[in-house]
Amino acid sequence: MALPATADAADAILRVEHLCKYYPVSRGLFQRRQLLLHAVDNVSFEVKRGEVLGLVGESGCGKTTTGRLIARLTFPTTGRIFVDNADVSKIQGADMAEFRKKIQMIFQDPYESLDPRMTIFDIVAEPLNVNGMGNLEEREQRVAEMLSLVGISPPSAFLFRFPHELSGGQRQRVAIARALVMNPTFVVADEPTSMLDVSIRTGIMKLLAQLREDLGISYLYITHDLAVARYLCDRIAVMYLGKIVEVAEAEEIIKEPLHPYTRALISAVPVPDPAVKRPVPTIKGGVSKPINPPRRCRFYERCPVAKSTCAEQDHPAPREVSGGHFAACHQL
Amino acid sequence: MDPLLKLDDFTMHYRTKAGWVQAVDGVTLSLARGQALGLVGESGCGKTSIAMSVMKLLPYNSKVVRGRILFEGRDIYSMTDGEVRKMRWKGVAMIFQAAMNSLNPVYRVGNQIVEAIVTHEPETSEEEAWARVRSLFELVGIPKERMYHYPHEYSGGMKQRAVIAMALACNPKMIIADEPTTALDVIVQDKILREMDQIRRKINMSMIYISHDVSVIAEVSDVVAVMYAGKLVELGQADDVFKRPRHPYTYALMRAYPSILGEKHELATIPGEPPNLLDPPSGCRFHPRCDRASAECSKADPMWREICPGHYCTCHNPVEIGGTWVGQVRSGKAADGGDQLGTSSNS
Repeated sequence: MALPATADAADAILRVEHLCKYYPVSRGLFQRRQLLLHAVDNVSFEVKRGEVLGLVGESGCGKTTTGRLIARLTFPTTGRIFVDNADVSKIQGADMAEFRKKIQMIFQDPYESLDPRMTIFDIVAEPLNVNGMGNLEEREQRVAEMLSLVGISPPSAFLFRFPHELSGGQRQRVAIARALVMNPTFVVADEPTSMLDVSIRTGIMKLLAQLREDLGISYLYITHDLAVARYLCDRIAVMYLGKIVEVAEAEEIIKEPLHPYTRALISAVPVPDPAVKRPVPTIKGGVSKPINPPRRCRFYERCPVAKSTCAEQDHPAPREVSGGHFAACHQL
Repeated sequence: MDPLLKLDDFTMHYRTKAGWVQAVDGVTLSLARGQALGLVGESGCGKTSIAMSVMKLLPYNSKVVRGRILFEGRDIYSMTDGEVRKMRWKGVAMIFQAAMNSLNPVYRVGNQIVEAIVTHEPETSEEEAWARVRSLFELVGIPKERMYHYPHEYSGGMKQRAVIAMALACNPKMIIADEPTTALDVIVQDKILREMDQIRRKINMSMIYISHDVSVIAEVSDVVAVMYAGKLVELGQADDVFKRPRHPYTYALMRAYPSILGEKHELATIPGEPPNLLDPPSGCRFHPRCDRASAECSKADPMWREICPGHYCTCHNPVEIGGTWVGQVRSGKAADGGDQLGTSSNS
């Protein structure tokens, strides 16, 4: 189900082909048949240089697993990931260090992702230390530069503080500075704003957008919030139970969703206007777990437009419905 | 008619090692029977403290400094423990934040609700209580055989429904729902909010929804109260507060929310961070972050006043209806006309 390349391959900073990650589920000691949770199942997409791709879905749909696979924090069961046309799974030895510099991750919870015993300087300088970059003076200079870039100013007032002395928004800024200190070309941002208050959240969203403009970083932006993705991403990919069901330009997917799941998801998002009465989503039941899923459309049980033919065929491959708008549904 | 719940200049502080935290300061609001109030604000602004004050569940280090809370005209803080116990569950019930963790893991869900009913209504027999649990489960949409299951066998959404059923168990006149859907996915959140709203209308119950999410509040509330740093800054009909916000904080908050509706508008940023309530700013607590602040704002605490009929606000320089927000002019950005909030106009 490879998506046809939208431009020549050199244009893509990240290309994911038929990516799968299955986790074994233990069911007692003497269970003979092995159960597999299909966390990510035959997923293909690409991120162009300088682009922000939003990966949106409900909890348990495999969006974080996809991010971790790309950052090589875990290994795929099958499938390949190319960063700058280099196969990530084949990287070894000294090349690994280079790869780690290129790809960085920002985590969801800034209260968990910063070591409480390290000072802000130690936290942001750690990647420099690990890679043996510069002497102490140069490191200090670089860290101060990064901190002011992410809006922590004056940096000198913060360098030797500890994370507990900082607010949530400031911590997330430190986490961003740490991710950017090695000049990465690609950043996996896993729900970086979901733990923050609204008045702080907009600031972080604007910072991420600004850094992309200034430094030309591409992002994979993982979120459950379609409204946030709309504001930050160029394109949005919607995931459901380990599968990408729809990919399109952000504005197009919000205004004209094609897949029945995307439609349900969008109609369920509350809107800040008391006068608007949204239609009741037509989706049935609740999310199950993709443990040894039957060979048919993952959305079949809950789908409002499913026909009996959907049950007889394998999960549909995404196809281009209109320019750059892909959806995986038999009924389209 | 007398309001069901009335807070009158209610002020409550917490004692900590570092000093007194002014968590709730001079809050005045009232809630009519059958009305849904949305209490919105960022973390640490005192929303949950108000809920805990109404339930009289405050910790030992808290102190009611001023003001009263009247439930059906009676001061909660002059009631005896026995009277408060009677008021809880039958008068006011509460759905706590992270409801999934408020069920006891070692008891069957049905038993927990039966226990609540029998404790608060000693005249009810256990059979009657079980029958009531059955009809409550039907009301909130859980299959009734699930009564005999343990919480770990439930999904997140089902636990949330069970907690709602529990809050409804003694037919309360009012329910306080503290972030009832925050941990849930949007589709489940949507279903639960719709169900709660239907149930409320069906049995004409009052409701206080507490949330940090402006859009959730917009969906379910008749009246909206906005809190900032322990103070109520704006209160009015949902339509007024959302479409014609008068307090600069409310205005910025509404515009800071990304929406999937309408055309994209520039998201507002509020500079700085919420103040430390150990030592809140003098005058208006919002003035260090406010674009409209004048010299007066740092000196005098603005009065709580009715700015339009039924629309209250505490601000020296409220946003004019249809006027220009100073922040937009300062940032060099002309107000974009025709956005979905309908709050901005031409400069």
